[in-house]
Amino acid sequence: MFSLDRWQEVLSTLARAPLRSILTSLAVAWGIFMLVVLLGFGHGLRKGAESQFADDAANSVWVFGGQTSQPYQGMPVGRRVTFTNTDYDNLRRIEGIEHLTGRFFPGSGGRPFGGERPVRVGAKTQTFDVRAVHPDHLYLEKTLIAAGRFVNDADLIEKRKVCIVGIPVAEFFWHTTDVIGRSLEIGGVAFEIVGVFNDAGGDDGELRMIYVPVTTAQLAWNGADRLNALLFTVGDKDIDETRELLDRVKATLADRQRFNPEDPQAIRVRNNLEQYESFQQIFWIIEVFVSLMGVATLIAGIIGVANIMLITVKERTREIGIRKALGAPPLSIVGTIMQESIFITAAAGYLGLVAGVGLLSLVASVVPENEFFGEPQIDLRIAIYANVILVVSGALAGFFPAYSAARISPVEAMREGT
Amino acid sequence: MLRLSKINKYYAVGSHRLHVLRDVDLEVEAGEMVAIMGASGSGKSTLLNILGILDRYDAGEYWLGDTLIRDLGEGQAARYRNQFIGFVFQSFNLLPFKTAVENVALPLYYQGVPRRQRNRTALQYLDKVGLADWADHRPAEMSGGQKQRVAIARALITKPRIVLADEPTGALDSKTSEEVMELFGEINRTGMTVILVTHEADVAAKARRTIRLRDGKVEPELVARAS
Repeated sequence: MFSLDRWQEVLSTLARAPLRSILTSLAVAWGIFMLVVLLGFGHGLRKGAESQFADDAANSVWVFGGQTSQPYQGMPVGRRVTFTNTDYDNLRRIEGIEHLTGRFFPGSGGRPFGGERPVRVGAKTQTFDVRAVHPDHLYLEKTLIAAGRFVNDADLIEKRKVCIVGIPVAEFFWHTTDVIGRSLEIGGVAFEIVGVFNDAGGDDGELRMIYVPVTTAQLAWNGADRLNALLFTVGDKDIDETRELLDRVKATLADRQRFNPEDPQAIRVRNNLEQYESFQQIFWIIEVFVSLMGVATLIAGIIGVANIMLITVKERTREIGIRKALGAPPLSIVGTIMQESIFITAAAGYLGLVAGVGLLSLVASVVPENEFFGEPQIDLRIAIYANVILVVSGALAGFFPAYSAARISPVEAMREGT
Repeated sequence: MLRLSKINKYYAVGSHRLHVLRDVDLEVEAGEMVAIMGASGSGKSTLLNILGILDRYDAGEYWLGDTLIRDLGEGQAARYRNQFIGFVFQSFNLLPFKTAVENVALPLYYQGVPRRQRNRTALQYLDKVGLADWADHRPAEMSGGQKQRVAIARALITKPRIVLADEPTGALDSKTSEEVMELFGEINRTGMTVILVTHEADVAAKARRTIRLRDGKVEPELVARAS
């Protein structure tokens, strides 16, 4: 099929109507260009959105205490549910929980958020968020240790007065991140810095933060054994498995706290996996929509090629008739037309592909990456798809004209224009 | 060489059928030169198309050599046309964007002969019709007589069993017509079977035998000429 002779035939046919060949190519190139650009930007949008999730583990579940809304085992409605270290220990024993941590906010009085405390170094005082946590918290927030270490088990047991500070905290007080071994006062209690952290999300709010061991904080700020929240990750479980695990967690908590496990108000749950997946779904829809627009543009280009090929066939009716009379088999006629069409779409498509990828890299180099728009890029897979689409669409665009060419009767064709 | 027996051909025209060929019997020996004559509408074009495997027939038998030409698929018909039949048309039917030598070589392209070899062969055939010097010219640069001679070279290049010529002089002046007919005579003398369709009596006179068609029938007074 791809003999040199055939190529010469195809190229000489294209060269006979150069303007038409170029205009036809432009339609296809534009289609592929739009497809690539739209896919690339769709990808960038998705990346941007995903980066917003990056600072929290996507497979995490957060549980906060609430107020009972149903009477249970003789207990009244409206009772506040407050977690304690016992609940933490109970959850530890549940199989399927990957990483588990409690959170205690000093001075929050049991409210789920809060924990802002005045922090003092020398004459400088500033309010920062203070979170008292277990060692596993490291994985829940995707905290990146820049220097030193995170809270460890020994800190918990010995109730050490140590802390890990975010980079902005260190820079606020000392104008450097080299602060391990220095100490600061949180609410009047002195803590020694053992680590400096960064955060995968790069969110400033998450970085203006000080982590302390949960047991130390409970002792220092009159927390007894209370925990404001329990956070855990579920590993690679899917939505259904996560829900099932969550039911066991609820049952465990309900059993000890004595509330109805079906009570929707007793505890509040934030299932990041569910949010993440619904987010994924939205972006999947956007991507599908954007791809459809690209494909529609491409189809317009393909129809253009098919149209031009039909005209070409019409104009060459006489030639095709002569060729058939001389013994050109129908397959050869079909093959030549198809090859012409595939060639023109593939060649033009590559131009569009190159232009599209070029524009994306240009945008990527000019626009800084931000939380709404990640680096627009088109991966190898899409490039391969585009290639396949091109060849297939070229074949499609050529098929109908070729079919009509093959049906030309040589006798009638040769009569044309005489 | 060629035998038609009881060939019938109908065309559907609207709701009724037109009977264009009625029980046509025809036999042509190898090396003969035969003219088919008839008024327009007599069925001579249809007959030529059937002979040239360009059209099907509805009943009867057509033997070309030892090959029965009947109910062929498109591909098979194309192959037989290419191998067995050389066409010469009234309007030359050369491809305008190809040179003389490329036009002559075209049938060999469909036999899969490599480019260089088929161009060499084509040049030999152009030489036979006296146009070796015009090999690289396009049809637009040639006279009618030259074009028809290119077409004749193209018809001969596959060494076909028969050469079918449809009004080969219809577009030529009388002097050129004579030259072209002279060429057909020469070809015939090399042993090639030639069938001409014409309505010109002096062209038909060059043939050894004339078959007259009227209303789709071969006229009974078959004129055999002394050769």
